[in-house]
This record gives sequence, C-alpha cells and structure tokens, in this order.
Amino acid sequence: MANVVLAGNPNVGKSVIFQYLTGIYTEVSNFPGTTVEISKGKYRDDVLCDTPGIYGISSFSEEERIARDMILQADIVINVIDAAHFGRDLFLTLQLLDMGKKMLVCLNMMDEANKRGIAINSKRLETLLGVPVIETTAAKGENLEQLSLCLTKASTGKRTLEIATMAEAFLPICGNFAEAVLLLEDDDFLRMKYQQKPCGKREESYLLRRKRADKIVRETMTCAREENGGRQKRTDILLHPFYGSFILLGALLAVFLFLGVLVARYVVGFTENYLMKRLLEPLVLSFVQQWCKPESFFGQLFIGEYGLFTMVPSYLFGLILPLVLGFYFVLSLLEDSGYLPRIAVLADRFLNRIGLNGRAVIPMILGFGCVTAATVSTRILETRRERVITTALLALTIPCSAQLGILLGNIGKLGFVYTVVYILVLLFIFGLIGTVLNRRLRGVSANLLIDLPMMRIPCLKNILRKSFEKTRQFLADAFPVFALGAILLTILSVSGILEQVLKLLSPLVVYGLHLPKEVTEIFLMGMIRRDFGAAQFHGLALNREQSLIAMLTLTLFVPCVASVMMIFKERSAKEAILIWLFGFLLAFGVGSCLAAGFSLMGVMK
Amino acid sequence: MTLDEIKKREMAVLYRIDEETVRQQAIRLGMYEGAKLFCLEKIPGGPIVLQSEYSEMAVGRKLAEKMQVKMLREYAAE
Repeated sequence: MANVVLAGNPNVGKSVIFQYLTGIYTEVSNFPGTTVEISKGKYRDDVLCDTPGIYGISSFSEEERIARDMILQADIVINVIDAAHFGRDLFLTLQLLDMGKKMLVCLNMMDEANKRGIAINSKRLETLLGVPVIETTAAKGENLEQLSLCLTKASTGKRTLEIATMAEAFLPICGNFAEAVLLLEDDDFLRMKYQQKPCGKREESYLLRRKRADKIVRETMTCAREENGGRQKRTDILLHPFYGSFILLGALLAVFLFLGVLVARYVVGFTENYLMKRLLEPLVLSFVQQWCKPESFFGQLFIGEYGLFTMVPSYLFGLILPLVLGFYFVLSLLEDSGYLPRIAVLADRFLNRIGLNGRAVIPMILGFGCVTAATVSTRILETRRERVITTALLALTIPCSAQLGILLGNIGKLGFVYTVVYILVLLFIFGLIGTVLNRRLRGVSANLLIDLPMMRIPCLKNILRKSFEKTRQFLADAFPVFALGAILLTILSVSGILEQVLKLLSPLVVYGLHLPKEVTEIFLMGMIRRDFGAAQFHGLALNREQSLIAMLTLTLFVPCVASVMMIFKERSAKEAILIWLFGFLLAFGVGSCLAAGFSLMGVMK
Repeated sequence: MTLDEIKKREMAVLYRIDEETVRQQAIRLGMYEGAKLFCLEKIPGGPIVLQSEYSEMAVGRKLAEKMQVKMLREYAAE
C-alpha cells in the first residue's frame, strides 16, 4: 500500500483530480491539531491525500508546514501544474525533483492554456524533468484515465545539479535527499529536528531553482499571442478603486438578502416553526408521554423546556442547519470563483489600521458563519500578533451565523435608525479593540502578498458538495455541545440552581440594562452557545430600545463554550480567560451605558 | 524609486527587495532582480495589483515601499 500525495499551487485543480481518483471514498478530515483541511481517500490499494495549495515547501505558512509533512511521508507525489501559470508552478515541481521524490507531473488546465494560445512541449518537458508528464483538463475529465494509468510509472527525476551537490553535505545527518534539501534551505522544523544551525543557503538554492525553472519555460513553452504568457494586460474591474468597491457592496448586499432574508426568515420560518414546532414536536410529545410524565425529571430531560428531543432538534435542525448550510454555500462560492482574494485586496488598507493585512478577511468572513471554526482558521495568518488580534475581534465583536440570523429576524423590531446604531456601535468597538491591541502588542505584522487567481465560474456540483460536507462537520461538532448544554440546563433548572443564578444576575439585567428579568436566562444560555440564547429572543415582548440594548449586549457577550475551548487550545488559557472576562465586562458596560443614555434622553423609563 | 510610486499601466523592473523573507517568497513566484512588473491597478492607500511574468498578484502598500524598482526605460538604458 503506497502513500500517494497530490501537491501543487493553490487553485490548480488538485481537488477535482482527487475526487476523480477516489470517487466516493472521500472523507474530509481535519489534519491533527490544525484546521487547514486535508482530504484522504482510497485509490485502488493506495491511500491518496490532497494537500493545501502551496508555492514551495518550507515553513512560511501553516499550509506549507502541513503540506511539507505530508510530502515528506509520501511514497509517490502527483504534482499538479496549472498549464496557464506554468512558469510560476515549476518552482514547486523542481523542488520536489530536488527532494528526490518519486513523482509524476500532471499538466492540468490545458483548455485554459490553449485558449490563451500557450503551447507546451510536454515531450521536451518530460526529458528535462525526467519524470512522466500527463496533459489533462480535470474540470472536463479529459485524460484523467491516462493519469491513473501512469501512476505506476512515477519515478525520481533530474535534480538541479548545484543544489544536489550542496545538499549532499546534509545526507550524513538525515539520511535522505528530501530532508537534506530542506535542511539546506533552512527549514525551521527540520533544523530543530536535527539540531542544526541555519546555513544561510536558502536564497542561493531558491535562485538556482528559479533560474532553472525559467530556462525550462523558455525551452518548452511557446506563446502565440505575446511575450507575457498570453495574458492580455487587462485591468480587473473587480479591483477598480471605484467600481470595485461598488461591486463589493453589491455582493455584500446580495449575500445579506440571501442569508438574512431568504434563509434566515423564510427557510428558517418553515423549518423551525412548521417542520419542527408543528410537525415533529407534537409527535415527540405524544410518543414520550406514553413512557414518562412530563413533570418528572426524565420528562423534563426529554421534552421539557430544554428537552433533548424538543429544544435540541428544533434549534439544531430547524434553525442552525439552514443558516450554516446557507453560509457555507456563500463561502464556497466566494472561494471557488476566485473573489475571496480580491476582497482581501480591497479590505487590506482598512485592516492595516488595526494591525492586520487583507488575508485576515478570511477568518473574519468565516466568523460570520461560526466563530469557533474561524478561530482555528487564524492559523493562516503569519504572525502571532495578527492571530491574537483576530481571535479577540472574532470572540468579542463578530456575531456568528446562527446569531446573525436571529438578529436579522429582529431588524423589523429595531427599525432602520437603531439597526444603523447597532452596526455603528459594533464597528466602533471593533476598531477600538483592534487599534488598542495593535498598539499594545509587540512585533510587526506581516504585509499582504497574495496571488490573484483568475475569476472563473464555479462548478455548482463542487460547491454543493463542499457546503454539505462542511455543514455535516459543523453539526457533528455542535451536536454534543448542544446536547450536553440541554442536559446541564435541565439539571440546573430541576434542582433550582438556575433560579438562584438568575436571581444573582438579574439585578445586572434589570437595573443595569433596563430589561425584563427573563432576559437573564438568555444571557445565561448564551454562555453555552450564543445562538442558543439568541434563539429565545423571539418570544419576548421588548420595545425598540430594549431590543437594541439586548441584541448589542448579546453580540458583545462572552464567546460560546466551544469558542472559548478553541481559544484555549489555539492560543492559551490566559488569553481564553481574559477574553471571556473582558467580554462579560464589555457587554454589560456598553449595554448599561446605552440604557443610561436612553433613560437620560427620556425614551425609556 | 520604490514600487509604491509606480502608476497604473506602467511597467517597472524589480531591482532589490530588502526584507529577507519577502525576497525569498518572491523568488519562488518568479519575482527576482530583473523581473518585469506591470501595474494593473492601484487601490488608493492600499495594495498595488501587479502582473508579473507568470501571474497576477497584489502587494501591500508597506511592502511595495520596500521593493526597489526601476522604470523599464531607465533599466534598458543602463
């Protein structure tokens, strides 16, 4: 059984090839201890792994670290190259060759290259590299059977002579070419493993490899149109300083209408109120009542206010499932179309002010789906300070999709002016926390350097598949927390502890926030899952001012148990506790100020 | 001059990058001394969008300030 690894630059079609080869035997799994997802599947008798897209093997980012580990363990590497960006991709190809990996090259996206008038002499390329080269167009399934036939012909190729000679010095230390080359190039992880001092040859090696790549391009690629790789120098309307911002606003509005109105209001209205409350709940009630009395402990546990068979499925499937599915659909759309990096470019200058760069929009956008998942994705950021800033902002100021849905549902209650106030207050606090952290934290943030893939029309099938898979995972993660939360709440409520805690906290809510004391319960539940609390919002009779205060406080309130655990795991216990305590103070502080302001103005008693 | 001074639709040639990690990452993408960079777009106060020989990319403003370039004409004259 061989370990086959797909490797290549981002956006070259690795996943499509992965799906073709593994068929239905795919499983998306989180790489142990990290987030950047890798897929593993079976291909005949071999294990096939998909890796994150990288431009080279080193430790510049989390993606590279993961890919490096998988490539080091690989028996065979299938290197996927985007034929339209042939020159860029060759660096990685040559690095794999230098590492002495058994490999074959898949020259993908041939259709796109042909369209641009690029012709690549793959026979000549094969000779220069010394490994099999197969031309494919994976998106249309062209020539993929050829690829699978050639898998057995994978071989080690022609290494860059000078690099091979230099790397030889490291062979006695590690015993294999792959690690020797990475040691030569001062890879942090391997230097630690073998306790080596940096040798300062990375750049020399990179330049040698880059120049060899350029030479290969000149020898194998011809371009019918112009010297510039067949690409016209066209301006990108999506990045136009004026139109680009407009298109972005339009896109955001479309997302809001889709998620906030269509999904949050109509779909959830149907699934939660009709499917769950009308159809499922009576069924469950009549069934469970045959076995135990509703007033008994077990009755409470199963079908009570926080019942395992009533509240849990109703929130989880009626409310959260449609929202999360909708969110991941949008995210996959942005990802696959190539728009996401363009959003990063447009947002860069704003994020610079709070010590982040454009790349941070990715965790931020993810945060609107699930703050917990987004916290893990802060790993894609380069420096520690960026990760700390983003984690804090996510935990404190970004409402997650479930919460957002309920908040959006209540916008009618708020009215236009208070909706704007809500957004402005959140933005202000977002900026304030970011600025303060940026000033206080030591070090320098990394700058934006991002590749812009071509915009392309995404394939609906892939998007749906991706969204379903991510949603499934989300639910699998959320279910235990939800169930445990429900059990805990029932126990607390039956034993009377809940009442005591509520009594203790309610002065804060009643006198501080000027809200009815029932709202205390929402906050208490919000500690378990924020959406959990927010979901109970519907039933309360609050006036406009009260709704604004309650929603704002709840948004800023402490992150849910799952996120706190994730911060604990990703960052540290200290940071998790600090963020939690700060969230508590911040939420009640802002809420109380607002309430005091309203009563001063005389709009609230 | 530095890369942030480039204007839209101008072509420059990369001359030097002072920051080590950036320089090394840039080499991998095909951007080293002598690489031609065409400015596709400049986001006001934000990143510079470039077309290099092999791909399109965006470079943050502060990073662009650290990249020494020469205008194509000057470079050819030298």
